[in-house]
Amino acid sequence: MKILVCITNVPDTTAKISFTDNDTKLNKNGVQFIIGPYDDYALARGVELKEQLGGSLTVLHVGEADAEPQIRKALAIGADDAIRVNADPQDSYFVAAQIAHIARQNGYDLILMGRESIDYNSGVVHGLVGEMLGIPSYSPVMKLDLDGGNATITREIDGGKEVLKAPLPLVLGCQEPIAEWKIPNMRGIMTARTKPLNVVEPVAVDDMTVPQTYKLPAPKGACKMIPASEAETLIRLLQTEAKVL
Amino acid sequence: MIMSVLIYVELDNGSIKKTSLEAVAYGAKTAEKTGGQAVVLALGKADAGELEKAGLYGATKVLHASDAKLEHENSLAYADALVQAAQQEGSQIIILSKSGLGDAMAARAAAKLKAGVVSGVTALPETDGGFKVTRAIFTGKAFATTEIKSDIKVLVVRKNAIEVDENGLGGGSAAVEAFAPALRDSDFTASVVSVEKADSELSLTEAEIIVSGGRGMKGPEHWQPLLDLAKALGAATGCSKPVSDLDWRPHHEHIGQTGIKVAPNLYIACGISGAIQHLAGVNGSKCIVVINKDPEAPFFKAADYGIVGDVFEILPKLTEAAKSLK
Ligand SMILES: Cc1cc2nc3c(=O)[nH]c(=O)nc-3n(C[C@H](O)[C@H](O)[C@H](O)COP(=O)(O)OP(=O)(O)OC[C@H]3O[C@@H](n4cnc5c(N)ncnc54)[C@H](O)[C@@H]3O)c2cc1C
Repeated sequence: MKILVCITNVPDTTAKISFTDNDTKLNKNGVQFIIGPYDDYALARGVELKEQLGGSLTVLHVGEADAEPQIRKALAIGADDAIRVNADPQDSYFVAAQIAHIARQNGYDLILMGRESIDYNSGVVHGLVGEMLGIPSYSPVMKLDLDGGNATITREIDGGKEVLKAPLPLVLGCQEPIAEWKIPNMRGIMTARTKPLNVVEPVAVDDMTVPQTYKLPAPKGACKMIPASEAETLIRLLQTEAKVL
Repeated sequence: MIMSVLIYVELDNGSIKKTSLEAVAYGAKTAEKTGGQAVVLALGKADAGELEKAGLYGATKVLHASDAKLEHENSLAYADALVQAAQQEGSQIIILSKSGLGDAMAARAAAKLKAGVVSGVTALPETDGGFKVTRAIFTGKAFATTEIKSDIKVLVVRKNAIEVDENGLGGGSAAVEAFAPALRDSDFTASVVSVEKADSELSLTEAEIIVSGGRGMKGPEHWQPLLDLAKALGAATGCSKPVSDLDWRPHHEHIGQTGIKVAPNLYIACGISGAIQHLAGVNGSKCIVVINKDPEAPFFKAADYGIVGDVFEILPKLTEAAKSLK
């Protein structure tokens, strides 16, 4: 079993977001970066499957060198080796094209990633990669088991879930409860230092979209407090003042 | 050049979902700016009368593929059908509504058409000097304006990206045309083992009102007062992450950064502290009500209306008041 797990390097879920350079760049000052929480689920399940079935697990990141601590963490959690495509990606199409290129070169049975990154929340990279490689893609995957050349997948659908059986190779966007997040242990951290992290240059891709500017939402007005003893008056306010009923 | 705008609509029991009708209006308004017509694509079982409704929202034509193989949701085959419809109609702009299916189809169609794709769009495009769209990023904590350079553009639009009510844009009825895309075997390699769907429940992404519960609800056996209020308001029900982790409520009700992102008119949070990861899933709501016994709960900072008190005392009062509304 040859598994590829793609990870993003994103601001921590509690990070305060702000922008610099005339609102054209994220202000990284004081922001803690992490492996995307959904990618972390994908990685955890990838490691479990590799431990069960044997084979190899490669972790891939398309981005700059400042992601290397997160890539090392993925190695410490259990990936065998890592690839970093050295680029400052501008959009999902670019990222997907790099992943597809690496996948074509190396051939994987399973390509796992999070259902979406928590910075751009697009949720399109798995679909783009799948189509670029001409193989099926499914998301969001909550449960994944392998049996020979087939995967049994539980996907979340609107208001419920669906179980599919599909032949490999596949591209899957993952979410909880596919596996529990893993915390690297001391041995993992030590061995991660010597595992290969290969840096490769990106392939050329036409600019599909170009980010222009960023902005923060308008500040929220004050919260109107209603005494608990008059709780029922809320309903009328919602109808006549907020006009949402 | 004539450019049509193609809008994919999701169906629910034969009729077009509300978020998809919004997408139709979005597409029609975009077509007004770029020239050309708004054409709708519907896949699977549908009532012709329901499809004609797309006209009210500004569509001139509806392509309907009713092949039995398309009855079960299949993002791979659906994306193929979308591409074929775009080619037939010479569409330069393709619009879908934000959902797991919308994103999956958008992605696969974009790769096939070598098109730029932007997901999470919150407002109509600007078309003077380049084609620019604004979308929500960092789970609603910020917005980005992006220029799409490719000839073909794929947009996935969020709920409330355009204001429309049940009168739509006041258009007429759209002509429904049969559409028969070529289906590839490679899109049908997966077999569906089972589907579990809570049919009667209102879907969270579609709901205009959501009543949501957190750990402050104390346990699954105490959910009734919350369900009663939801029923009185015609609301869908949601929950915080620990609540679904503890199996108090089903996983598909989990709202937040790592769950479903919702954008109702009204979100009522009961016994939820308002952790930043929860807020990330609800910040698209028009009006937020917070009920919490702790006046310091961070959720109040994100709320429009707040009540400090015990949910179990307050919920029945609200339910009574809501019942007397009608
Ligand atoms: C990477 C990551 C991702 C996460 N993603 C999500 C996510 O998607 N969604 C999510 O919800 N969380 C998420 N979390 C968890 C989040 O940080 C919080 O732990 C969680 O939202 C808290 O849930 P809660 O408000 O229900 O519970 P608590 O924080 O325990 O709050 C319970 C609240 O109920 C109030 N209360 C208690 N009893 C009563 C009563 N009788 N009447 C009125 N009020 C009462 C209390 O004052 C308290 O404010 C995530 C965390 C991480 C680290």
